[in-house]
Amino acid sequence: MEIKLTCIACPMGCPLSVEMDGDKVVSVTGNTCPRGKVYGEKEVTNPTRIVTSTVKVSGGESVMVSVKTKNDIPKGKIFDVVKALKDVEIPAPVKIGDIVIADVAGTGVDIVATKNVD
Amino acid sequence: MKAYDIVIIGGGPAGLAAAAAAKRSGIDSILILERDRELGGILNQCIHNGFGLHTFKEELTGPEYASRFIDQVEELGIEYKLNTMVMDISPNKVVTAMNREEGLYEIQAKAIVLAMGCRERSRGALNIPGYRPAGIYSAGTAQRLVNMEGFMPGRTCVILGSGDIGLIMARRMTFEGAKVKVVAELMPYSGGLKRNIVQCLDDYGIPLKLSHTVVDIKGKERLEGITLAQVDNKGKPIPGTEEFYECDTLLLSVGLIPENELSNGMGVAMNPITSGPIVNESLETNIEGVFACGNVLHVHDLVDFVSEEAAAAGRNAAAYVKDGAAANVKEVITLKGVDGVRYTVPSTINVDRMADQLIVRFRVGGVYKNCYVSTYFDDERVLRRKRPVVAPGEMEEVKLSKEQLLKYPDLKTITIKIEEA
Ligand SMILES: Cc1cc2nc3c(=O)[nH]c(=O)nc-3n(C[C@H](O)[C@H](O)[C@H](O)COP(=O)(O)OP(=O)(O)OC[C@H]3O[C@@H](n4cnc5c(N)ncnc54)[C@H](O)[C@@H]3O)c2cc1C
Ligand code: SF4
Repeated sequence: MEIKLTCIACPMGCPLSVEMDGDKVVSVTGNTCPRGKVYGEKEVTNPTRIVTSTVKVSGGESVMVSVKTKNDIPKGKIFDVVKALKDVEIPAPVKIGDIVIADVAGTGVDIVATKNVD
Repeated sequence: MKAYDIVIIGGGPAGLAAAAAAKRSGIDSILILERDRELGGILNQCIHNGFGLHTFKEELTGPEYASRFIDQVEELGIEYKLNTMVMDISPNKVVTAMNREEGLYEIQAKAIVLAMGCRERSRGALNIPGYRPAGIYSAGTAQRLVNMEGFMPGRTCVILGSGDIGLIMARRMTFEGAKVKVVAELMPYSGGLKRNIVQCLDDYGIPLKLSHTVVDIKGKERLEGITLAQVDNKGKPIPGTEEFYECDTLLLSVGLIPENELSNGMGVAMNPITSGPIVNESLETNIEGVFACGNVLHVHDLVDFVSEEAAAAGRNAAAYVKDGAAANVKEVITLKGVDGVRYTVPSTINVDRMADQLIVRFRVGGVYKNCYVSTYFDDERVLRRKRPVVAPGEMEEVKLSKEQLLKYPDLKTITIKIEEA
């Protein structure tokens, strides 16, 4: 079976075609770079996403700081992560890479800050 | 009057990369002027990931990508001024700026890099009569409100226009608990990146209705709903296709337009298609020593290419300060986009001044499948690249080498076109 996908590993968005035999990936074509192959294989077996959002900051130059999951998390867990971020408030200063929530929603992945707020 | 070798207007990714490259090319007297309270430009509100894979080989969010360049500018000791609005630039390169400490003041520059970015198109997007109730925002304004001020514009939302900001905001509003009912696009194709359609709409089951537009707005004080209708191939609503959507918020994401009031004011010649300056191989405008890069030159979708283009502009500005204008500019080669290619940046090439490799960037006017991007030197086809699909939402490029151009000393015109496979 052939599954058509759009590689989203980078903004180029290459059209991929993943050839499957049962639940095994036989080949990936259409990718411009090796990341496309990795993405294609993963998307049909275990799709994941990076989640980005914001949390409140107190006592800083801005009222919000942007955050992300340090690594990608299973697609099905996106809303658990989003929920865990609700009503979180951290004190300034915040540095890029600071851990905002460790092991968010039991994913084993940390939420880290993506902006400096003094 | 203060004087600098290079003054850079705008401290977004374009201005930052231009400054760093100019400094590395041996120019010490550089000043960046930024009207905002921080460097980084539009990236500060683009909190999603997807930036920098080409440059840093890792996927960063907007603020992280910006901080890499801000760090470089700090490490290189480049001077910048925040909260400083450039009001005017004269043709002989006197920059008039204003801030709270100094009031209105003038700076003499030897070279100028225009890096003012772009703003959102908004007026004209909704050409329907009637009230404009509260609840109608441009997508970029909504992005700023949600991501930087923590303010949610509404709970139920329709988005008109499938530009990247609109797509990104569809997901963002969903995360913040809003229900995004539909994204409507007037054109038969989306103006956004494919990855954003997958990641921001498909992932959340948000429908994208192509060839649709808003034909009616309900609500006096606050928006209560909108009516969508399908349009024919001339963009006219088709009677009988109307559908009502209840919503308290309408976001408009109908494209970006380069911010060129300053360039116009100083007499820079404009390309009506890009709404940006016409530039040569050095990204120099018709006014010698005035360079342009980033979204002010033409609207980019990938910041990596903005940084790449801006670094070239910075190097060229440095070369101009050191060597002066091109001596006896000989015949230049004209670049033309035809058959689906809407424009090219640059518009002309002086082979003597070009770097070993020159990237020509362009956009196409429609969606073409299984086609060739072909490059002709006068009447001879010299390059042909097969593309499974090209679309208006994604910038294309052709690379030209100096070595190759030197083999054609009488070359007058380079034409780039889309050909059927
Ligand atoms: C909403 C949105 C989403 C995007 N998403 C992605 C993405 O996912 N991935 C990706 O790679 N790219 C993305 N991009 C593209 C990328 O962010 C832009 O192409 C890039 O920011 C352009 O850089 P710039 O420096 O030309 O413009 P800007 O970032 O707009 O910077 C211009 C700067 O000039 C300043 N300025 C303007 N006029 C004056 C004046 N008169 N005086 C002083 N200062 C002035 C402005 O304040 C601003 O800081 C996105 C763009 C937008 C708008
Ligand atoms: S295959 Fe490579 S170049 Fe193409 S979208 Fe995926 S990561 Fe980007």
